[in-house]
Parts: sequence; C-alpha cells; structure tokens
Amino acid sequence: MLELHVTKRLGAVHVAAELACPSQGVVALFGRSGAGKTSLVNMLAGLLRPDSGRIALRDAVLFDSASGIDLPPERRRIGYVFQEGRLFPHMRVRENLLYGWRRAPADERRIRLAEVVDLLGLETLLERRPGALSGGEKQRVALGRALLANPRLLLMDEPLASLDQARKQEVLPFVERLRDDLDLPIVYVSHAMEEIVRLADTLVLVSDGRVVASGSVEEMTSRLDLRPLTGRYEAGTVIAATVAGHDPRDDLSDLAFAGGLLTVPRLDLPVGTHLRLRIRARDVALSLERPRGLSIQNVFPATVVDIGEEEGAQLDVRLDVEGAALWARITGRAKRQLALAPGTRIYALVKSAALDRHALGRQPAGGRFLAPGSKLNGA
Amino acid sequence: MLELSAAEISALQLSLQVGVWSVLGSLLPALAVAWLLARRNFPGKLLLDGLVHLPLVVPPVVVGYLLLVLLGRNGPLGRLLDAWFGLTVAFTWQGAAIAAAVMGFPLIVRAMRLSLEAVDTRLEAAARTLGAPRWEVFATVTLPLMAPGVLTGAILGFARALGEFGATITFVSNIPGETRTLPLALYTFTQTPDGEVAALRLAVISVVLALLALGASELLARRLQRRLSA
Repeated sequence: MLELHVTKRLGAVHVAAELACPSQGVVALFGRSGAGKTSLVNMLAGLLRPDSGRIALRDAVLFDSASGIDLPPERRRIGYVFQEGRLFPHMRVRENLLYGWRRAPADERRIRLAEVVDLLGLETLLERRPGALSGGEKQRVALGRALLANPRLLLMDEPLASLDQARKQEVLPFVERLRDDLDLPIVYVSHAMEEIVRLADTLVLVSDGRVVASGSVEEMTSRLDLRPLTGRYEAGTVIAATVAGHDPRDDLSDLAFAGGLLTVPRLDLPVGTHLRLRIRARDVALSLERPRGLSIQNVFPATVVDIGEEEGAQLDVRLDVEGAALWARITGRAKRQLALAPGTRIYALVKSAALDRHALGRQPAGGRFLAPGSKLNGA
Repeated sequence: MLELSAAEISALQLSLQVGVWSVLGSLLPALAVAWLLARRNFPGKLLLDGLVHLPLVVPPVVVGYLLLVLLGRNGPLGRLLDAWFGLTVAFTWQGAAIAAAVMGFPLIVRAMRLSLEAVDTRLEAAARTLGAPRWEVFATVTLPLMAPGVLTGAILGFARALGEFGATITFVSNIPGETRTLPLALYTFTQTPDGEVAALRLAVISVVLALLALGASELLARRLQRRLSA
C-alpha cells in the first residue's frame, strides 16, 4: 500500500492531497501542468517537505508530521527518474549507473549492472560521458541508474516529456519492459494520456493540488464526470481485449472484448495476448438500425447510458456494449434526430483504422510481475 | 648572466613558499565561506560578505597594519598564538604567508562562490535519491563540478600572493631570507644606487613565474573542462 495525505503551501497553489493505492504495478498521476503532480512525487522522494501529513510505503513510514518522522531522501530508498535526466556530467555512464548501486545495502542489491545494461540496451554507452548522449539515451541511463539503486518504489516524473516523438518511441518499450519484468511499483507522472493508457494500471487524477479521483485506467477513462480533467480532445475509453485470431489473407486480426469481436489491421502478436485498446470518441459513430452496405467493419449493439453536455456543436454519448464502455462523439443535431436518451438501443460503429498500434498497451495480467528471467503468460 | 644570484634564489624560493602556503591555508576556509555565501541565508551574511571583501577595497598597508596590531607579539591574537603554539608570526615568513592569504582570500572566495552557484542543485537532489547523504553529495557531485572554480581561485590567490607588497612590508617588514619576497627584493634594488639591472632581472623572473602559473592553470582548466563536457 502507498498512503499519502499531505498539505503544503506553494505560492498560489495549495496542495492538499489524499491517496491510498496498491503499491504494485504502475500508478499514473495525471493532470495539467501546474496541477501539483511534481510536488507530490517530490514529497514522496523527500525532496519537498510537506507542511503536515503522513506518507507511508508498505510498512515504512517515510513522513509523519504528528510524530516528527521525516526520513531524508537518501534513506527512503525511492528511485527517481527526472524529466531532464539529471545525469552527473563529470562521470562516465558506468559510474552514473553504479552511483546508487554502491550506496544500496548489500543485501538489497537484487538488480545488477549486467541485467540493467541488458534490459535497457546500454552496452555501447558505458564508457561515454553524458554530454555525448542523445536525449533518449540519457533517459535510458537515468532509468538504469534509478533501477540499480534497487529502490522499493520508482518515481518517474514525465520521463518522456522532453523527448521528441521518435525518441519517445525509443524509450517507451524499455519502460514497458521494466513494468513487465520487475516486481517494482512505479509512480508515473504524465500529462500524456497515450503514455498512461499504455503503461498504467491505476490512474490518479490531480487538479489544483488535489487528488480528484483514482481508480483503474479502464474505469477512470469511462467516467463522464471526469471528462473535463481527462481531456476532451483525447476523449475515449480504454478496453481490455485478447488476440482471438488472424486473417492473413486480408491482413487483419480479430480481438475479443466484452462486447464481441473487433477487427483491426493485422497485429504481429500471438493469439491469446492480452491487450488494452484505446478507442477515441470521435472514431465511434451511431446508428439506430444495423447498417448494411457500409465500409465500417465493427458494428456492436449497444445501449445509451449517459449523454454529456453539448460543447460547441458536439457532445459525447456513453454506451454500454455488453459491459464494456464506449464513447461516441456526435453533433447535437444528430442526438436530436436520433432522439437519443439513456436506455436507447443503438448500434455503435467503430472504424477499424482507429485502432492503431499506438493505442495498444498490454493488459495488466495477473502474471505480469514476474521474477526477472521468466516469461510472460501468453506472450 | 642567466645564472641566478643567491639573493635572487632566496627571494624566488621565499615567494613560492609564501604563495603555496597562503593558498593551501586559504582553500578550506574559503570553501566554507563560499558555501555559506552561496547556499545559506543567515543573519549577518552581508557583514561576512563585506568582511571577506575588505582586503580588496582598503589599502594593503591598512591590512598589514591591522595584522600587526592583531597578530604582533603584543597583539591579542599574537599573544594567544605564542602561548598556545609557541608561534611568532610577526617578522617571519609565516607572517608573510598570512598577509598574502588575507589579501588573496576574497579572490579565492569569489571564484569558488561563482562556480558553486553554477552547480545545478537538481543534480545534488538526484544524488540524494540515489542514497548519498549530504556530505557525500558534496564530495562526489558538488566539489567535482566546481573544481574549475576552485582551480581558478587557487591560481588567482597564488598570483596575488606573488605580487603582495604593501601588507607584507607593513606586517613582517623586509628581512632578507625571511620575509624579502620577489616584490620586496625588487623594491629594495630600486632604492639602491646601481640597482637597475638587478631590479630588471627580478622583474623578468616575476613575469616568467606569473606566465608559468597562468599556463599551468590554463592546461588544468582545459582538462577539467574536457572531462565535464566530452
């Protein structure tokens, strides 16, 4: 368990956050810049002292203003990957990597240099100096350095934010490997929903220094009341699915989810692989009757659950597809013409092209956190 | 002609000795003061800042005189030094080193403070999350990163010590073999009839010495810079 309830005055922002979540898997802190996400992780790391409150990780109390406990950062054993890397410029990559490892208690050194070098692909960088590394390489080294300190919790503060799209795609798979191969809880700060959907199990929404809501990524992205915070343009739901089969002739794959089979462009993944899909509201259309003669392949019977406020000319409709939540973005006129209301039976049309690899993320399988070296279930 | 006379060798040796000891003795206190000024806020900070910089702005003779009053045989600190360590600094080369150290101190502190202020405290925070306590962070991250500033400060202090004249002659006088450093020897020759050639030779020696120190510091600084940026 990770418990945190803290208050802190920081200029105009008054942080007053309460959070209790499983210290397992990836917990994402999501919010606009200036919402107080970084302040929260700095308080976890011991770099920022709360005015009052309590922070505990598993059975260790890190901070408690009532009993005067305030462990210094070096004794918290919490790894931190910063947005800007923060590698030591006067040390080679190897020395950077070993900085925390040398200072970790000998009996807690589970992760070794060779493993991290292997996991993050750092062989060729070891003798270089940070000044000679690219942005993506720097972040990989920073990641390795934090891991080698053998922390009990890993904080990642927008580790990809300073990278361009190509570098992001270079580093993201390494973060995924770390999530899947190591039994290390991660708190991941981001304002990019894509990254969160791909990486996180638990989503914590932060706004104005407060924790507004927290829960599983699937649940949180389907809640209408949180839409102003999760972002309108990015609006969409996350659903869990499994690779059900491939059609090599048409280069398509079938994915099974609660609402049926979804056809997408061929995925290079074995049958049985768990996936997480993000379906954007603007990629879902509605029809009162089962359409015929339509290019859209994915049609699901659904029930209207909820209808959002009209913003501009558009509004979002929340659908239930056999237990899976879907959003559709339609115009206000379409809503009136179709006479939509909660309970209306309807057909949801999902463009298969909307499900690109970008939106893929592995589903949190029970067997995700394995001892290093063992294989993933079904992968 | 190129051979150095005994008096010249003595002055040269004495200058080097005074320069090295004044710098070595200043480094730690200067580091402490630079750290206080760069990183801490405390009542009296402005006063400390002013006090440290005083030798830069008052005439050296005044500094020498104050040292004489404080550290002379009958001065309050001089008596303590005598009673505790049996040490007399007035009119000795140690006194010359102290005078040079006091005069060079603001230069050393300034260089160190600037380089310390340029050290990214976020790197220090990162080091602490990696398990290093404060003092270890200072030794392994802060100090190596401010090394160019420490070097610059040391060279400046050393150069200042080689050129020190006013405070030295006031505090420890002009005793051959004991306190007669290069500038004092040069001054002595200018006061002697037919001393022009000897004075010129000492001037050349001083210039060469200064150039050597500058060259050495430049080489070291480049090596440090390469380590930091490459």
